[in-house]
Amino acid sequence: MARFMPLDQAVRENLKDGDTAAFEGFTHLIPTAAAHEAIRQGFKDLTLIRMTPDLIYDQMVGMGMAKKLVFSYVGNPGVGLLRRVRDAVENGWPRSVEIEEHSHAAMANAYEAGAAGLPFAVFRGYRGAGLAEVNPNIKSITCPFTGEKLAAVPSVRPDVTFIHAQKADKKGNVLVEGIIGIQKEAVLAARRAVVTVEEVVDNFTGLHPNLCILPHWTITAIAVVPGGSHPSYTHGYYARDNASYLEWDEVSADRERFTAWMEENVIKAKPEDFAARVEKLRVAK
Amino acid sequence: MSDFTANEMMTIAASRALTNEDVCFVGIGAPSAACNVARLTHAPDITLIYESGTIGTAPDVLPLSIGDGELCDTALTTVSVPEMFRYWLQGGRITIGFLGAAQLDKFGNINTTVIGDYHKPKVRLPGGGGAPEIASSCGEVYITMAQSKRGLVEKIDFYTSFGHGEGGDHRQRLGITTKGPTLLITDLAVWKPDPVTKEFTVVSMHPGVTREMVQETCGWEVKFAEKVEETPPPTELELKTLRDLKARTEAAHKGK
Repeated sequence: MARFMPLDQAVRENLKDGDTAAFEGFTHLIPTAAAHEAIRQGFKDLTLIRMTPDLIYDQMVGMGMAKKLVFSYVGNPGVGLLRRVRDAVENGWPRSVEIEEHSHAAMANAYEAGAAGLPFAVFRGYRGAGLAEVNPNIKSITCPFTGEKLAAVPSVRPDVTFIHAQKADKKGNVLVEGIIGIQKEAVLAARRAVVTVEEVVDNFTGLHPNLCILPHWTITAIAVVPGGSHPSYTHGYYARDNASYLEWDEVSADRERFTAWMEENVIKAKPEDFAARVEKLRVAK
Repeated sequence: MSDFTANEMMTIAASRALTNEDVCFVGIGAPSAACNVARLTHAPDITLIYESGTIGTAPDVLPLSIGDGELCDTALTTVSVPEMFRYWLQGGRITIGFLGAAQLDKFGNINTTVIGDYHKPKVRLPGGGGAPEIASSCGEVYITMAQSKRGLVEKIDFYTSFGHGEGGDHRQRLGITTKGPTLLITDLAVWKPDPVTKEFTVVSMHPGVTREMVQETCGWEVKFAEKVEETPPPTELELKTLRDLKARTEAAHKGK
């Protein structure tokens, strides 16, 4: 049953050192506020799962919180490389990070299998791909009906998934719209799910019947954090802050500049600061 | 005809390969520009798909990422990421996958994963994202990238996406039934695979380009077709469309 609570409490009650955690969002609706709260609370030895670990995982890896990354695209989308992840992988700074790398198709199938309660996912993929040779979790299986050889990967079952969404109703049902990515699967695959939302409305009556709604009984905790996905965006609320993604490429290029930026913008900041960050990016409703 | 850059010629030559009937899975960067120039000029009915789940999108500015809001706002429909990869890509609905590359070999194999050894990389690149299955599940694959000795190499460091492997019937031997790379558009030339060996062969050079220029910026010994055409220069409409698109994009990404 979803309980409404402040973000610091939601993170404290649902994330533990050593957990396998997914902070999902496929470019859209990235749960930045939740990730920053996790950074402030200083968790360690996390296994971080995400299809597209962009700025927030760059920050968490740079702060030394991750022992392992499971991912399918480790870039700053449209900008380039993730420089803190690179520094960890290439130089072990501030600690070495184990990586388990997949393709998007594999990760998407693995989340779906997790949501479906299956132990593994099967799909037509990885043919001729080098990842199959370096990742022991990529195996193959023969179709019992046709004999076709297909790829198999373990399902993703996070201890906890964090997502950001447009809104909740008063009961704690959550609405996600726009590029819905992998959010629904990531929530349903996890033991616990924490959602940050832009706002709470009375109810969802009268809306389109096929909207992507996560019932309140699939969610553990909800925190209201307007602007909580900045510099990503929330469809219908504010636009993607592309300039911040470009700026991150410079901030993250240098260890000292990174550390200073994190101190100023994350460690000393609060969830309430996000609202001001999206003020100029707000879209007309 | 006004002056144009090699990069503009590349984007425009790539855009010409696309038609109204195509359902195209668009990679970010150079492919995205080419696909949208096609849509804004000769192929207004082309279906552009980005891996974020946006089907039939028609952005006014080029997205910085594959999931910019502009893509969803202008799409016919937006589906979840598992649906995108399962029903639409794996289901065989997509005719063309349009990819870029950090490293490419003469058989159209692509590396966007690491420079150096996978476990001790010299440079850790972003990785494949959707590309490994785009390369095997789309009807055929077009590749576009600027030429350089670092980019076009004899041997890639990692097989992110399988092209024609070691050439010949290597795809069929791995049980891949799609055509794989059928076209490479660089800033200097248009290349097509040899029908038997599958090695990329120059079929057309852009205006002002010489064979020496193509060879000097390529890490393998270049094969030229028996008759090498000259790529028609950009038309005024193509050039204006591309430049307007780039100007709108730059303004938008700087936060206006």
